[in-house]
Amino acid sequence: MTAVADRITGLAAALRAHGVRIGTGETVDAARAVEALGLADRELLREGLAATLLHGPGQRALFDAVFDLYFPRGIGGPEDAPRDRETLRDRLAEALAADDRALMARLAAEAVDGLGGYGSSPASDGWSAYQTLDRLRPQTLLARVRADIRGRAGGPGAGFADRLLDDEIRHRIEEFRRLVGAEARRRVAERRGRDEIARRAVRPTADRVDFLIADRDQLTELRRAVQPLARKLATRLAARRRRAARGTIDLRRTLRSSLSTGGVPMRPVLRRRRPVRPELVLLCDVSGSVSGFSDFTMLLVQALHDQFGKVRVFAFVNRLDEVTGLLGHGRADPDGLSARIRAEAVLTGWHGSSDYGVALGEFTERYGAAVGPRTTVFVLGDARTNMSDPNLPAVRELARRARRVHWLNPEPRDRWGTGDSAAPAYAELVRMHECRTARQLSALVAGLLPV
Amino acid sequence: MFTSVDDVSARLAGTGYLASPAVATTVFLAARLGKPLLVEGPAGVGKTELAKAVAQVTAARLVRLQCYEGVDESRALYEWNHAKQLLRISAGRDESWDETRTDIFSEEFLLPRPLLTAIRGEEPTVLLIDETDKADVEMEGLLLEVLSDFQITVPELGTVTATRRPFVVLTSNAGRELSEALRRRCLFLHIGFPEEELERRIVRLKVPGLGEALTASVVRVVGALRAMDLRKLPSVAETLDWARTLLALGADTLDENLVRDTLGVILKHQDDIQKAAAKLDLDAL
Repeated sequence: MTAVADRITGLAAALRAHGVRIGTGETVDAARAVEALGLADRELLREGLAATLLHGPGQRALFDAVFDLYFPRGIGGPEDAPRDRETLRDRLAEALAADDRALMARLAAEAVDGLGGYGSSPASDGWSAYQTLDRLRPQTLLARVRADIRGRAGGPGAGFADRLLDDEIRHRIEEFRRLVGAEARRRVAERRGRDEIARRAVRPTADRVDFLIADRDQLTELRRAVQPLARKLATRLAARRRRAARGTIDLRRTLRSSLSTGGVPMRPVLRRRRPVRPELVLLCDVSGSVSGFSDFTMLLVQALHDQFGKVRVFAFVNRLDEVTGLLGHGRADPDGLSARIRAEAVLTGWHGSSDYGVALGEFTERYGAAVGPRTTVFVLGDARTNMSDPNLPAVRELARRARRVHWLNPEPRDRWGTGDSAAPAYAELVRMHECRTARQLSALVAGLLPV
Repeated sequence: MFTSVDDVSARLAGTGYLASPAVATTVFLAARLGKPLLVEGPAGVGKTELAKAVAQVTAARLVRLQCYEGVDESRALYEWNHAKQLLRISAGRDESWDETRTDIFSEEFLLPRPLLTAIRGEEPTVLLIDETDKADVEMEGLLLEVLSDFQITVPELGTVTATRRPFVVLTSNAGRELSEALRRRCLFLHIGFPEEELERRIVRLKVPGLGEALTASVVRVVGALRAMDLRKLPSVAETLDWARTLLALGADTLDENLVRDTLGVILKHQDDIQKAAAKLDLDAL
């Protein structure tokens, strides 16, 4: 049983390294779950450990990948497998057509074994999912699988649901790619040690991915997380508001009421707060380099709009335009957002690279009235001016007029000021915060948003 | 309570609740480890039904606490029956105060609310705390004592400890983030939309009149809708509604017109309907 206990603690440690909060109590529960379930059925074990170790749905994908490393399906490669690419493709096409998950998993193992190996010396060799998929090219099987399924169903037009076929096949191929990735990780882990692979090669949960290097899938995943995140933040804001509502001591009125007790302030009078909902202005750099970050933040703020009296959103590259209307409720198709902003707003002048100086100047000039003493301004961008004038007076003016100005920079702090970054200059005028992941962003938003 | 995971699935299926392996495993563990079960998931995937089914198969009494904004101690734990206490005081005029006082704070004047009822019960009990996310944060603090030690402290009577631990199911729609402390005390189960195969079985079980081929098509279309980016994704409840509608219309295959006319059964927002119609290549509405 000690070997199993080691596995469980190793699994818990790997999950903790990815930011899942697991206490000793949960690990003990996990061990009791293993005891109750036995080790015979791997899928039951997976569900049992997930139920005891996890606390939320967002961690499940991470858990599955780590679980596959600590409780692998088998050891070594499959035996007597044909190493030939064409046979593999034929069998894969059949498995995809029949939607046979078990066969797909076996084929993934064979594919990695046959096509994914690289290197020859024990120190440098390994298994690559990328190489496997590149050689096998499962995505090119789409037409063939479709024809196969149609043929089996008895000619075309086998019903309305037929038009969904392409998407379903794509989905299955995606599943196969995932299987290949998991299999390659398992084989590498056999060679290099589980703990290291679990820390390095498993994709972190979406909220811990760096905005600047997130790929398309991760950004899509992030956008889906906007609503739950907004709900969470709304809860926190409400709690802060409740605390703030109790307010500070109103000295004048405390003294006034102390007259009735002979000048001894028996009962402190608290300052009453007028429930004024704060206003928010967002200035977003939407140029290619940081657009993933800006998109996400815009959607998040829009999802939080009922927490504020007024939210106005401006986008810029080297010219600036208001895009509040484009984010409106019901119109927000998150996936097409940046395309729509680019199509419907005037954001670029003579060239296509971002220019903070001109854009900020244009803001104070044209929309200066949007900023008043009740407004909190968030500027989103990496402060890379492409060598042009950073226009510090405009920022100074903004900081003077607004209640608070915060600058959220998606670049790591140690890169501020390198190359064409004007971050240090701006940071002297307004508060600049490093904001690289959705997790950092939500912490910042929860702490910085006015209540 | 249960002997194995298969036992859970088989017995739940006997009541008409088809459980996925994840659901069966977690229910089994919750019963075996004696921990509360926190069930999250979109509306209409059968979170509440799960508690009811478990109560039915274990022949337990179902005690339900429906949470709502502002639910408090006197609605969840217990309350003193003030009117009756007053009657008692005025009835016993010639008694000393001490006698009266010990008497009016006795069992007879206690109104047990769901949590106390479940804890005190002698018979097997399933306690369902429904829509926990609707309750205020203060309520969660109240639940902590109940869920970790299965005891409730009534100042006048002392601490009531469960003689027989109830099987506790908490459900949440994630309308509000539950506190980490509460999550920690529970086994976590996320019921998502079911796999295609399971959903087919569910439809066949609940709407037996619908043909095999049509059932398969219905489930496939709903699956495709769930992959889209809609405001409200169709849940199992919507799938069943749609299946019943199609049955009532006497349809035997899905076609464009039929889908277009009945899309309102599965999708609840006009923009969702338009978006889905565009993606499914239906003609403009």
